[in-house]
Amino acid sequence: MEPRIGVYVCHCGSNIASTVDVEEVARFAQDLDSVVVARAYKFMCSEPGQQLIKDDIKDLGINRVVVASCSPTMHEPTFRRACYEAGVNPYLFEMANIREHCSWVTEDKQEATEKAKALVSAAVKRVYYHQPLQSREAPVNANTLVVGGGIAGIQAALKVADSEHKVYLVEREPSIGGHMAQLDKTFPTLDCSACILTPKMTLVGSHPYIELMTYSEVVEVSGYIGNFKVKIRKKARYVDEDKCTGCGLCQTKCPWKVDSEFEAGMGKRKAIYTPFPQAVPNIPVIDKEHCAYFLSGKCRVCEKFCEAKAIDFEQEDKIIEIEVGSIILATGFNVFNPTPIYQYGYGRLDNVITSLEFERIVNSSGPTDGNIVLKDGSTPESIAIIHCVGSRDEKYHEYCSRVCCMYSMKLAHLIKEHTEAEVYEFYIDIRSFGKGFEEFYNRVLNEGTIFIRSRPAEITNIAESPEEEGKLIIQFEDTLIGRQRRLPVDMVILSVALEPQPDAEAVARLFNISRSADGFFLERHPKLDPVTTMTDGIFVTGCCQSPKDIPDTVAQASAAAAEALAMISKGKVEIEAATAVINEKLCSGCQTCKLICPFSAISFDEEKEVCRVNEALCKGCGACVGGCPSDAISLNHFTNEQIVAQMEGMLV
Amino acid sequence: MKYYSYFPGCSSEATAKGLGLSVQAIAKPLDMELMELEDWTCCGSTPYGSLDEREAILVAARNLALAEKTGLDLVTPCPSCFVTLYGANLHLKQHPQLMGEVNEALAVINLDYHGKVRVRQLIEVLFRDVTPEVIASKVKRPLNGLKVAPYYGCQMVRPDYGFDDPESPQSLDILVNNLGGEAVPYPLKNRCCGGSLIIPEEGLALSLIRKLLENAVENGAQCITTPCPLCQMNLDAYQGKVNSKFKTNYNLPVLFTSQLIGIALGIDPASLGLNTNIVSPSKVLDYISKVKQGVNSGT
Repeated sequence: MEPRIGVYVCHCGSNIASTVDVEEVARFAQDLDSVVVARAYKFMCSEPGQQLIKDDIKDLGINRVVVASCSPTMHEPTFRRACYEAGVNPYLFEMANIREHCSWVTEDKQEATEKAKALVSAAVKRVYYHQPLQSREAPVNANTLVVGGGIAGIQAALKVADSEHKVYLVEREPSIGGHMAQLDKTFPTLDCSACILTPKMTLVGSHPYIELMTYSEVVEVSGYIGNFKVKIRKKARYVDEDKCTGCGLCQTKCPWKVDSEFEAGMGKRKAIYTPFPQAVPNIPVIDKEHCAYFLSGKCRVCEKFCEAKAIDFEQEDKIIEIEVGSIILATGFNVFNPTPIYQYGYGRLDNVITSLEFERIVNSSGPTDGNIVLKDGSTPESIAIIHCVGSRDEKYHEYCSRVCCMYSMKLAHLIKEHTEAEVYEFYIDIRSFGKGFEEFYNRVLNEGTIFIRSRPAEITNIAESPEEEGKLIIQFEDTLIGRQRRLPVDMVILSVALEPQPDAEAVARLFNISRSADGFFLERHPKLDPVTTMTDGIFVTGCCQSPKDIPDTVAQASAAAAEALAMISKGKVEIEAATAVINEKLCSGCQTCKLICPFSAISFDEEKEVCRVNEALCKGCGACVGGCPSDAISLNHFTNEQIVAQMEGMLV
Repeated sequence: MKYYSYFPGCSSEATAKGLGLSVQAIAKPLDMELMELEDWTCCGSTPYGSLDEREAILVAARNLALAEKTGLDLVTPCPSCFVTLYGANLHLKQHPQLMGEVNEALAVINLDYHGKVRVRQLIEVLFRDVTPEVIASKVKRPLNGLKVAPYYGCQMVRPDYGFDDPESPQSLDILVNNLGGEAVPYPLKNRCCGGSLIIPEEGLALSLIRKLLENAVENGAQCITTPCPLCQMNLDAYQGKVNSKFKTNYNLPVLFTSQLIGIALGIDPASLGLNTNIVSPSKVLDYISKVKQGVNSGT
């Protein structure tokens, strides 16, 4: 059938039309070979826009379609569907990106219009050679993997498991709970964090549809949407999980003390430990780095006292393989370490601490039993809380961490509740944007906390007057009165930023997803597709995607669970038809392609001595095409003919 | 050998001879050719700018125009000159109208300026062009762990020139460590020395100077180093006045960074102008040679 091409140039409101002369581009396209009709329209993705295409297919016999608009990651599925609905194979469609690649990045209208013409010309030339392809369906494995056992992972796992589908929840620490378990109260309602979290943790631990794997890490991911194969390293606990009763005697008897990660270094734990008393599972691990037996071959005190005979020094790491249909990443965040901000004295001056450390101090199960005390044991009479430490600072993180204003005010409230101390909040802007947040701000104001609009210059112990002796002095510009001031206090809390986990890059690579410029995992669309990623079947939720508070995290985790459940419910997924094909007549059976293929999609037929592509596994990356010495492989939808035509069109 | 147009600034020929001498002395061993800008004048220094900014910029522009003719980067050892010349240069580049007016004035003396000069301070050149590693490789007389308080003052790192962190600068620390010395923690490393206030507000300036000396000594410093002639003069020449006013007993040598580098490069003290320092640096020199002897006799 002779190609009859329709070209549709989108204004995208003023996004494209303000820089590109769209009417001119349409006139230009009208004169290109095989183009039957070329139109410009305000919003091609709208219902009437799509209808234009459908009508032209019906009335003018259009059989190939080019839309010049935004990025294909945005609307290619939309227009492919429109073509399909009007009876044209969706692969006879091509998109020219004249927004992200043109109007948004070009200032000069003339230049932008010329570039848009080139892009449209390329798309027209290319679509001429498109072949109709059939997309395929694959069944969906109904199991779900959730990575990370903080509140995000817990919520997502429970939501999926409650629908009676199997969930593997993998957590690298000995217990689930994440950062939320470390917090004292939660803003703005002041619920006790542990009181609302631990019931959910217990549910996870006992849920018939959740297989909890703590002290474990994902090491390898292969496969594709609906059919992932995942390898998990279950680190040796040196405690037999089936035998351990969780009595805790081993922890009491262990003579070796180490700084506790859970207590943010403010308290100690033993070499055999559960991070905190409400840990799930309530089974300790032996920290090999600090256990005397592993270091020097002597001790084994825990073993002597364990009545259940659960201690097993011979245990080894195990690799476990599972198959799942979708993966939810909930790997959380790290708190910013303020040591590089030398002038704030963290790590150098006593009683300059981070907000997370203070959460442990004020927590009744923390190292000081909830007593707010200075390093020397005395009670502070004045405490300063400094906002935006590491946030809103181009040197560290340009972004706002979203939770610091609120948690800082929560800490002010807790200080007032526990002590008689004066509290000073040093803020740039108060961002109390959530439900009940502004009301909480007013409450803290009324409690007598003093708010100073300033980003302090320095925290020092060098006194300039007798009343500053022995104090921490904050040097700052009070921007509301336009003066330099000094304020002596007993304790300084640095409200530190939330930042990506230190291994976020490695995790992104492992799961083949992208990160945004700030280092957090990148969602497919910031507004309309906030939990899916560019890799189908992999979802992100919680603070690994961006800093957020607990309510937002829980909502997003439920959304990720809904995405996974939608896939399970449908039971099948559509797979891209752009796969590689091997021309068996040209194949010499050298198997180079088999070695190159990153998805193990190529097998060797011993009998015919040729290679074959498994279309279900092929992701259409094209690596084999370039690697084949006999030029025997071509990639559907990316044939040489199509690419050369596209380049020709571009250069005209 | 790298070539630079060199702007000594007035201090290095008068109150800070040690600076001028030591910079000249270390240039050759570090493969720098500092070619003094012919017929240079006042940079248009800070006090001038606060009285008449346009005139001050014009004074700076005259020097910039002279430098432009050489086609070389304009390097000054004085952070104060740097701030003035750099600032004027930036203003001229950003405001074509001002550039036009300035060129009108310069035309009277047959000069013109096109904004092509790169103004740089010596420490930045030492750091980026020469590099601390190369300096370390040329050290003949390591400072043997001499404890040095690196004092940046206000003008070397502020505003942010994209060279060192204005709030927590590190370049002098790194240089000192590469000379075999030990940069001690110095929390007041970029605090005010009193600047020109030593003239109209002596009491206030002396209390600022005292704090700097106190903090350096508390952190174990055997000497202070700074590239700034004004800072050096305040800390060095007014140490006696601090002592009599506050009943203290400071005797802390304050060396130009270029002097310290010169010592480590094995250059003789006179060529570095060490005899012009008010608090005698002999303690520092004795320590370095003593430790060296100690090491030698031990082996």
